[in-house]
Amino acid sequence: MSELLIDIFGKPHGIIIFQLVAATRFTIYLSLVAFGGGGVVAAMITFLTISPQPGLGKIAQTYIWFFQSIPLLMLLFLTGLGVPRLIGVDVNPWTAATISLVLFTSAYLAEVWRGAIAAVLPGQWEAGFALNISFVSTLKKVILPQAIRYGLAPTVGFMVQIIKGTSLAYIIGFSDLMLTGKRWANAPVSGSEPFIIFPIMAVIYFCICYPLAVVARKLEAEDLAKS
Amino acid sequence: MHKTDENLVVNMQNVNKWFGEFHALKDIDLSIYEGERIVVCGPSGSGKSTLIRCLNGLEKHQDGTIKVHGTVLNDNTESVKKIRKNVGMVFQQFNLFPHLTVMENCILAPMENLHLSEVEASKLAMSFLERVQIPDQANKLPGQLSGGQQQRVAIARALCMQPRLMLFDEPTSSLDPEMIKEVLDTMVALANDGMSMICVTHELNFARRVAHRVIFMDEGKIVEDQSPKDFFENPQTDRARLFLSQILDH
Repeated sequence: MSELLIDIFGKPHGIIIFQLVAATRFTIYLSLVAFGGGGVVAAMITFLTISPQPGLGKIAQTYIWFFQSIPLLMLLFLTGLGVPRLIGVDVNPWTAATISLVLFTSAYLAEVWRGAIAAVLPGQWEAGFALNISFVSTLKKVILPQAIRYGLAPTVGFMVQIIKGTSLAYIIGFSDLMLTGKRWANAPVSGSEPFIIFPIMAVIYFCICYPLAVVARKLEAEDLAKS
Repeated sequence: MHKTDENLVVNMQNVNKWFGEFHALKDIDLSIYEGERIVVCGPSGSGKSTLIRCLNGLEKHQDGTIKVHGTVLNDNTESVKKIRKNVGMVFQQFNLFPHLTVMENCILAPMENLHLSEVEASKLAMSFLERVQIPDQANKLPGQLSGGQQQRVAIARALCMQPRLMLFDEPTSSLDPEMIKEVLDTMVALANDGMSMICVTHELNFARRVAHRVIFMDEGKIVEDQSPKDFFENPQTDRARLFLSQILDH
């Protein structure tokens, strides 16, 4: 693979592109972990926001507000640099980046999903209750199938934000597309100047994000057509 | 019809309900017996819908006692579930589940509550869909039906739970005029079968035809509780007279 790229682009560009593409897989892994972990936590938070127990809803709402109000960069500094210094342990960049992105993602996704559930007409809950269908069954069989319709497009759209958000993790030493690119841009190698490297990186980010943006837009259009 | 404690369907004593500052129901006392058909009417905001929504716990009352089929309605989930099992409700906006077919709408509750298999529940549902005369629409989605058909599905769906009392919350108010009749005919047929019904409606002809009692509400209070004949021909209060003149003179 690396030889092929060198054949096509020559040195050093073949090597640079190979390294950037190789580093991109960590960007993708981190995005997937953030989305998966964040999704699971978001599902729990969302459930709390709609729970009939008002106390639980408050806790969930506070969680959402709190992590939506802190910049992702701040979370990365806190988990990657602040807390390790405080307790005197080394936290590897993977762990710190994962924790930060899961907190960030879960708060946003929970808000999106809460909104999607709230968009289902209250009469649907009432019809379920009047038919003596339990809260959980009404949620599962009546509300969620409709809420997914509302929530799918913004969820896919938010994945784009996560992917771009992972680029901040370079700041705590997470070795991804961003960090690798920045190293090359700083290297005293002719042909790896910032004005060459950064556009290549932008193209790679674009290639990952654009298809998702297209899917999100398509889902939205389908949804509009249905309603 | 004997009015004894045994066949008391609804018993409300001194019921009060507030929405924040707004006093929605004021000292409601009401007894309804098995087989009775009640029409509740009154100006908008008078508490008619709130009254029947309190009966199956969709709204919570803050004060007083509500008993339905002898069960006291309180915050206990078991009491609410026990009451809802025997009380069907039809809404102004139908509230059908739009992502499920007519048949799926109908079998959801019986499968969960009566522990029927899908085949048994479908058989039951089909019998009620026949009764509201739309068995041929069973596999369609609600959005493919007319308003009148949707409301008849909603009635069939409620009947699938085999309730002993049916609540109707302005069932014809969001229908086009030419569809009102088919829904009212369905309700009359149900009435003729002896179902206990409480119906919030402005269809006064329906009230004349099927109701045993007309309850007139104003500002959260029951102002009149009479036979339809007495209510229409000889209303006791100025408020009811004014209401009737406005509704009949247009």
